[in-house]
Amino acid sequence: MDAVKRYFRSPAAVAGLILLLIVIAMAISAGWFYPRDPLALAGRPLVWPFSNPRFLLGTDNSGRDIAAQIFYGARISLLIGGVATAIAILIGILVGAFAGYYGGWVDNVLMRITEAFQTLPNFVLLLVLVAVFGSTLTTVTIAVGVVSWPAPARLTRAEFLSLRNREFVQAGRTLGMKNIQLIFREILPNALPPVIVYASVVMAVAILLESALAFLRLSDPNVASWGNLIGLGRDVLRVQWYVSAIPGIAILVTVLAVSLVGQGLNDALNPRLKGR
Amino acid sequence: MRILSLAGRRLAASIPTLVLILIGVFLLLQFAPGDTVDAMMAQMGGGDAATAKELRKFYGLDLSIPAQLGNYLWRLVRLDLGFSSIYGKPVASVILERLPPTILLMTASLSFAFFFGLVFGVIAARGVNRWPDTLISTLGLVFYATPSFWFGLMAIVVFSVYLQWLPPGGFEDIGTMRTGIWRVFDIASHLVLPTLTLGLIFLAIYLRIMRASMLEVLNLDYVRTARAKGLDETRVVTRHVLRNALLPMVTLIGLQAGTMLGGSVVVESVFSLPGLGRLAYESVVQRDLNTLLGIVFVSALLVISVNFVVDLIYARLDPRITAEA
Repeated sequence: MDAVKRYFRSPAAVAGLILLLIVIAMAISAGWFYPRDPLALAGRPLVWPFSNPRFLLGTDNSGRDIAAQIFYGARISLLIGGVATAIAILIGILVGAFAGYYGGWVDNVLMRITEAFQTLPNFVLLLVLVAVFGSTLTTVTIAVGVVSWPAPARLTRAEFLSLRNREFVQAGRTLGMKNIQLIFREILPNALPPVIVYASVVMAVAILLESALAFLRLSDPNVASWGNLIGLGRDVLRVQWYVSAIPGIAILVTVLAVSLVGQGLNDALNPRLKGR
Repeated sequence: MRILSLAGRRLAASIPTLVLILIGVFLLLQFAPGDTVDAMMAQMGGGDAATAKELRKFYGLDLSIPAQLGNYLWRLVRLDLGFSSIYGKPVASVILERLPPTILLMTASLSFAFFFGLVFGVIAARGVNRWPDTLISTLGLVFYATPSFWFGLMAIVVFSVYLQWLPPGGFEDIGTMRTGIWRVFDIASHLVLPTLTLGLIFLAIYLRIMRASMLEVLNLDYVRTARAKGLDETRVVTRHVLRNALLPMVTLIGLQAGTMLGGSVVVESVFSLPGLGRLAYESVVQRDLNTLLGIVFVSALLVISVNFVVDLIYARLDPRITAEA
């Protein structure tokens, strides 16, 4: 309860939470406000924002409603960001837990693999994965998750290294608990908080990675994604710069909200480190 | 000398990592739809099955996958990256042509981010929780959340389309043949916007780390001693605090080298710079898998060499590291 109170005492954390709730609300209400397909033709192309009450944020090069694409794009960004983060955290926890708990050759092998993933630039690996498996919503989401796990793995491993010889673990061992039980029932719950906080960083990066991929037209072209819209707007950048500008602001606000919430959680859970 | 041997040992330890990456990506690319020969046949405008078989035999693609992998690694030892059917040249020379703009861009962005991250981090830490700190920290958060390609596009709109101060893309003006110092100025003016675009997110990261690390070091006993000795605040910061506070920043260069290379893929595409990142993007679009594998090799090599240099700088900044070895 103290942590909740501390969270709401920080204006930045509250602002982040409000922004995040707005984005989530947009994602949920997209079908409500814009029942039609956001990628369907809606009107004349390149209508400027605020010039036609029917299209509050204007239309893009092919006459599709930008506001509708922003609302549906919130869905895609949160979906890809959320699922990819879950994948990355899951792999990271498994790898980190086994490496940290068992040590020795298990640790050696797993850390070598982690190092390999960290040495290869993650966006380059993402390009390779997309080149091999194609760019549908599912493959892109999995690919973003697969390139993002090394940092959570290292974090989990560090936590396990410091926890594995604590008294409560030794007590569990004396009681005859198996390794798997010790890892997942005893140590993991204690190692989890910093990893969960770090998930916000992973999610922020995941949203940015997907939007960059979409901007390069290597993500799924059949969904309304903010990155896709920025890439489209690039063709008319010289005059109708708003086509690219608007979805970029949406990405910025979402990533900012996720980072602020993460930082707020971090300060609330580790009050000693506040201000760092 | 000891510094060198220490860093050298770290370098040797990264060779298995490199081999692991190559084997992994090589096997991964076996799942890709279509091989080099398919790409070549498409380039030639189609051909019959017999030619395809002949070509596959010529490039060793009819062998089993382990044999192909063995061949590939053996060729790599001799620094032969294979042949790019799209560019009609050896992959090594294609990559070599594209390397200078990327290295230039990365060095410029890193210097920009490091220098201003340091300065802003120090200013923020000196006025912690007062308005300069709040302003700088807020800007840092916003920069961190800004998608680089979007910032690049907006910079083009403002500085190239409206103000017409800087060129919107390319590496140099090909229309006018410039030589010597004028060519340097020309390339520099083309690199201003890409450098800012790529450096922005790293500026945000560096200033945050610098601020935290300054706050950490400013509380240490030896800093109090330096103050008690009667040194003025500027001397304390520049001569005593900075050196120790810089350590995490230097670590970060090594950690972020890969991210920066990845970011240059996007930035080079925005500003149509003929660099390694753009080559990576093109080879994905054109399904030039030989070149893609070559880029994977070279970028891993680049990250490893940056980390080697970081180790050297690190040991120079902190003599304890060599003493412990």
